[in-house]
Amino acid sequence: MIELTAAQAAAAIRAGELDAAEYFEHYRARAAADELNAYTWVADAAPAFDREAPLAGVPIAVKDLFCTEGVPSQAGSKILEGYRPPYTATSIARLRQAGAALLGKTNQDEFAMGSSTENSAYGPTLNPWDRTRVPGGSSGGSAAAVAAGIAPWAIGTDTGGSIRQPAALCGIVGLKPTYGAISRYGMIAFASSLDQAGPFTRDVTDAALALRAMAGRDACDQTSVGLREPVELPSAQDLKGIRLGVPRELTGEGIEPGVLAAFERTLELARSLGATVEPAQLPHAPHALAAYYLIAPAECSSNLARFDGVRYGFRAAGAPSLLDMYTHTREQGFGAEVKRRVMLGTYALSSGYYDAYYGRAQKVRTLIARDFDAAWRDFDFIVTPTAPGVAFELGAKTADPLAMYLNDFCTVPMSLAGIPAISIPNGLSDGLPVGFQIAGPAFSENRVLNAAHALERAIGFDGSEARR
Amino acid sequence: MLSRDQVLHVARLARLELSEQEVERFAGELSNVLAHIETIAELGDLSEVPPTSHVTDVENTLRADEPRPSLPAEVALAGAPDAALGGFRVPSPGAS
Repeated sequence: MIELTAAQAAAAIRAGELDAAEYFEHYRARAAADELNAYTWVADAAPAFDREAPLAGVPIAVKDLFCTEGVPSQAGSKILEGYRPPYTATSIARLRQAGAALLGKTNQDEFAMGSSTENSAYGPTLNPWDRTRVPGGSSGGSAAAVAAGIAPWAIGTDTGGSIRQPAALCGIVGLKPTYGAISRYGMIAFASSLDQAGPFTRDVTDAALALRAMAGRDACDQTSVGLREPVELPSAQDLKGIRLGVPRELTGEGIEPGVLAAFERTLELARSLGATVEPAQLPHAPHALAAYYLIAPAECSSNLARFDGVRYGFRAAGAPSLLDMYTHTREQGFGAEVKRRVMLGTYALSSGYYDAYYGRAQKVRTLIARDFDAAWRDFDFIVTPTAPGVAFELGAKTADPLAMYLNDFCTVPMSLAGIPAISIPNGLSDGLPVGFQIAGPAFSENRVLNAAHALERAIGFDGSEARR
Repeated sequence: MLSRDQVLHVARLARLELSEQEVERFAGELSNVLAHIETIAELGDLSEVPPTSHVTDVENTLRADEPRPSLPAEVALAGAPDAALGGFRVPSPGAS
């Protein structure tokens, strides 16, 4: 049963060849026996679902920060301990309307701030390929659950790489759609101009299926625009006529040799499928990380102001005054990385520093978006390694925030530009998975998925080793 | 390099009560991150470049101004650490 993709399972259920209740229970039992700390909550029974619906009761795991009515939604933070929201995020409600059944909530870096899932108040998640290593982050629980076969598929969020990087480190597919394709309503916010939901899946077809269910304009999110065309299931077998651009700025220094070797092999495969591969220029991409680590913390320092111990979650006991209650609650409720980013963002927005930091970062964001716009004149897609290295050991980067941030080097430029990008597994380096990133212009999801599908078939990555 | 006073000032703005240990740790860590961030100064004069606050080109998306049902008060209060008399109870702002 665990070898079926979500699309295959849905088809088998609709055809009467697979019993939906039995299938859900199979995954539920596996999720309940989770040894990776991928889950923070597991359903105790299958919810009601519509067998005739496109997703026909296929279970799905959801990152903790999506509000799910009556179900713990803690965003990996102590400050939301025990919080059970009174409503459900639009994206998750849409999946349910399409027939998907909530299997569990998955572990994550606190408020999605991190690249290893070690910043969770509920303990780190382990990588199913090697349990001494991280699954990546921030959506590490969702990535590990899908890679380990304790969820058929899962939903995460990507602000600067939080879907693509863990997908790469766990050997699965991760899609960050165009900003605005999927409603952010009910996603506990990190950086609102960057946050975007997306799927973790075994293959590209499942990613398309999840995107189809989730995408769409939502009156509850003014920045949601949906997609411009219906999501097609990918069918491309080759890359004839496709022009791939390889930006030297994101494929040189700082990338591990094993990752670069896998990248080169995939480029060779792309050529054999009919693509042309040429150097591209994204001259401002090397500054994307700096801009990102001003913009994202600035937005988070504002978004996280709402956690004050008044309306939900944790409140520090015994504070003598209102101000003390705020500061004690935030001191005890937030972990170190969240405090670091709130501090960084507050500093970047503070009087006297705003223009030099936040204001300048917004201008760099414009330059990065223009780089991509210029690249689309010559290329259909920009391709890079997804992450600069393979999964690292637990604790290896926790003492050095900047080293941790550098994991996002290849993924933040696309986030700042708001464009879609997918990571597909493209081999192993030292026995650990490597990811290949394909980015396209805004709203080019169907083309990105088709290119990824053609490459995926040619690569033939086998992830079964992690599913035991 | 961020000074101890700067760290304390920012913590106060962010409503964070840091321990002595944290003040020291954050001064060092944030200084390292800021050193990297300050590489955006290398890009020189950007006065002609407009800022991007949002990537989508939607503006002033409005919906009809019609009353809709909202959460009942008891549901909205259900997650509060201290709900009382149909509201959120907090320590007095004046107490010290």
